Amino acid sequence: MTQATRRPPPAGRRSGRLLLVGAAGVLAVAGAACTAAAGLADAQAAVAFGALVAAGELARLTMPGNREVAPIGSAAALGYTLLLDVGGTPAVHPATQVVAVMAAGMTVGALPHLAVGRPPRLDAIARRLVAGALLAFAYRPLAPALFAGTGGGTGAWWAALGVMAVLVTAMLAVDVVMAAALRAEQVRTAFRVAVRDELRMAAPLGASVAASGILLALASHSMSLAALAVFAAPLLVTQVAFRKYAGIRATYLQTVRALARVTEVGGYVESGHSRRVSRLSLATGRELGMAEPELLELEYAALMHDIGQLSLRDPIPGGATVLTEPEQARRIAELGAEIISKTGVLDRVADIVRRQTDAYAGPETPPLAARIIKAANAYDDLVGGSSDRDRAAAALDRLRRGAGQEYDPAVLGALTLVIERAPSPARR
Amino acid sequence: MRDLPWPAKIYLVAVVGAAAILIARGLAMPDRVGAHDWATLLVLALLFLVCESVPTLLNVEQAAMSVSFSAALAAVVLVGDVGAALVGATAVLSVRPGLPPHKRLFNGAQFAICGYVAGWVFHRLGGRQSVPDVGRFTDLLGPFMGAAAVFVPLNLVLFALMLWLAGRLRAEQVPLRGLVQFFVSYLGYATFGLLIAGLWATVQSISAVLVLLPLFIARWAFGQYLAQQRSYDATIAALCQAVETKDYYTRGHCTRVSSASTMIAQEIGMGPERMRAIGYAGMLHDVGKLGVPTKVLQKEGRLTEEEYAAIQLHPMRGLEIVRGIDFLDEAFAGIMHHHERQDGRGYPMGLAGAEIPEFARIIAVADAFDSMTSDRSYRKAKSIEEAVAELRKNSGSQFDPVMVTAFVRAVGRHGWHPGKVPAPPADEMVETMAKDHDDPTTPIEVVAER
Repeated sequence: MTQATRRPPPAGRRSGRLLLVGAAGVLAVAGAACTAAAGLADAQAAVAFGALVAAGELARLTMPGNREVAPIGSAAALGYTLLLDVGGTPAVHPATQVVAVMAAGMTVGALPHLAVGRPPRLDAIARRLVAGALLAFAYRPLAPALFAGTGGGTGAWWAALGVMAVLVTAMLAVDVVMAAALRAEQVRTAFRVAVRDELRMAAPLGASVAASGILLALASHSMSLAALAVFAAPLLVTQVAFRKYAGIRATYLQTVRALARVTEVGGYVESGHSRRVSRLSLATGRELGMAEPELLELEYAALMHDIGQLSLRDPIPGGATVLTEPEQARRIAELGAEIISKTGVLDRVADIVRRQTDAYAGPETPPLAARIIKAANAYDDLVGGSSDRDRAAAALDRLRRGAGQEYDPAVLGALTLVIERAPSPARR
Repeated sequence: MRDLPWPAKIYLVAVVGAAAILIARGLAMPDRVGAHDWATLLVLALLFLVCESVPTLLNVEQAAMSVSFSAALAAVVLVGDVGAALVGATAVLSVRPGLPPHKRLFNGAQFAICGYVAGWVFHRLGGRQSVPDVGRFTDLLGPFMGAAAVFVPLNLVLFALMLWLAGRLRAEQVPLRGLVQFFVSYLGYATFGLLIAGLWATVQSISAVLVLLPLFIARWAFGQYLAQQRSYDATIAALCQAVETKDYYTRGHCTRVSSASTMIAQEIGMGPERMRAIGYAGMLHDVGKLGVPTKVLQKEGRLTEEEYAAIQLHPMRGLEIVRGIDFLDEAFAGIMHHHERQDGRGYPMGLAGAEIPEFARIIAVADAFDSMTSDRSYRKAKSIEEAVAELRKNSGSQFDPVMVTAFVRAVGRHGWHPGKVPAPPADEMVETMAKDHDDPTTPIEVVAER
């Protein structure tokens, strides 16, 4: 990671996003203008696919990590792009018309959401449009040649299929890179890590979308356009499954966040402490290049790091702070880990909580997540909800005195960056 | 096979025999399976085999959505009745380690019969067994729908009959709603066979890949969802138990209230989503208790009004904690109002009768029942009969009679395992509370001020 990516100028923070949204806007307008000038080629297909794009946009869903996707809409756009013929009549629509149909469909599909006050995420919708447009501009010029290659649709489709597969894969790769760039900018993670995260998230859904898109294009060859909806059905099943998955993931995180607060309601720890420690830990973890699954464990552990207090007969008022005796703090960590390991599924989280008090220079180096929580927890104990710069600097100074012994110097470095960057370091 | 009752054995032999006869008869007629069909048949059989083998690879028992139905019905169109029977018969070879031979044999035979019968129906309805031409897709629709409408029920009936004869299935155990859901989803999977067949002329087996890939990924995602769900349930239970460790005697209370609430919900015929929601509401109903100062709960004798008010605040506190979670609104209402009474003398709002949300009326019964059937520091646990009598006595004044009746019926049917807490070890000081706000037999006494 270079210094430049670590400390981008504040003005450039959202530049990638602006660029993308701008590009999408220009594309949409240009597509619409060109289509209006040249007239709509094969209006029936355009309307059918546009309707499917709209339906897909209407049924968009949010995947873990606040990623908005619209698989059915994407597949419909893909199908319209890849279309070679409708029932034997060659499809001659140019790339600009594909862009126009996509833009129109997305707008129509987003309207009902807008009406109930749920605007689409601009960067996500822009990315969908730009990725689709890129493929359209690469593929549409080839379409007549490919259709001729199939012998008017009666011969072998292998060449056409091959070209479709290659170009779609390339488009998905570009999409992942764009998503990663946006993500890196948004949550300040390293680009390399973001690419891996996006790839992990996008691969299953991307493969489904690609398969269904090609299926839609082929289906229009053999069947009437009315069959389009039927051919989107396999993807509908996929979408239902992913929606359920995304739902439970979101509920899971909300529940851990909520129940971590019982220590605060019970008066065991200062109000907002676990939430602040978890935010600080997450930002520090990202700064250190942790990938998303590790970050999730870090977040759970940070939220629940004081939960062992619940098992103590006489809770320590104010929580297990840096000011408590190490023996007590260790006991709270141990009890917390015991509670968490009772779930039977969060073993690694339990391990992180157990080792959150271990010294960096101890006999066994604690896991990175535990080292991060140790530092973040100590910092929040000293500073609390206050946003006083001097107090923050004093707290960091105090932690730095333990660098190499108590605290991991690399973690302290990242923590310092995170705190200096934030306008008010531990704002709720 | 040994442990099968004899009717089941006879049935097994009959099914396998019928399948064998159908296949043999079909193969004996020379023109039924053409030479060029064998390649298609082989591909379809392979596909079917892969689909049949995947459920166990993924280890998702509840979600064994049968994608293989798609392949079997595509075979009906592409290679005819005998071909479909042959494709179905390959289920015998599916990669499922640990599946005993007689079950394999039955699977293969019943799929073969279903395939054959579906093929016959397809033919009778005017469907032609061949790779459908481009543009003649619509002619296929009617016969195919007929074939699918026969295939799926026949499959379910053959299978259910086996389970019933083997004594693993009782008629009253089959939830109708689940069955309908099952049926519809299987019919859906079957129709995907039409997509495969329809595109076969254009891209042959690639059509199957394009149709089935999203389905496989869907199944994978569904597996992930179930795994997360299990993990979530375990986590929420562990965290709730952590909240109640403070009081030695109430350990396990939340999980028992959760299961009792679910029992009532099931008894009154709630849908699966609401049942799940009330399970969580029952689990979380007392998280707000942590906000009640320990000294109030440990105090012997009467409470001051102020102290009682602190206890009465706990449903609100609980709601405050869990409000950020995406539950059904009903679940929140259940947590908020689980101490309301039918006569309006409960807290926190003093709602009465039908004003009290349904979830709250259910949790109130479950909550009181578990409290009565568990040991407390100031008394021993009551027996189930005593507790039921107490519920009945307060039915109408404190509890909703409908829920009490439903609960009594559910306990009669499924039994009840009261919370057993071993007597605290003598050498160890455990924390106990002097009162239980859930216990209807020992109401909290409040000093009348002035």
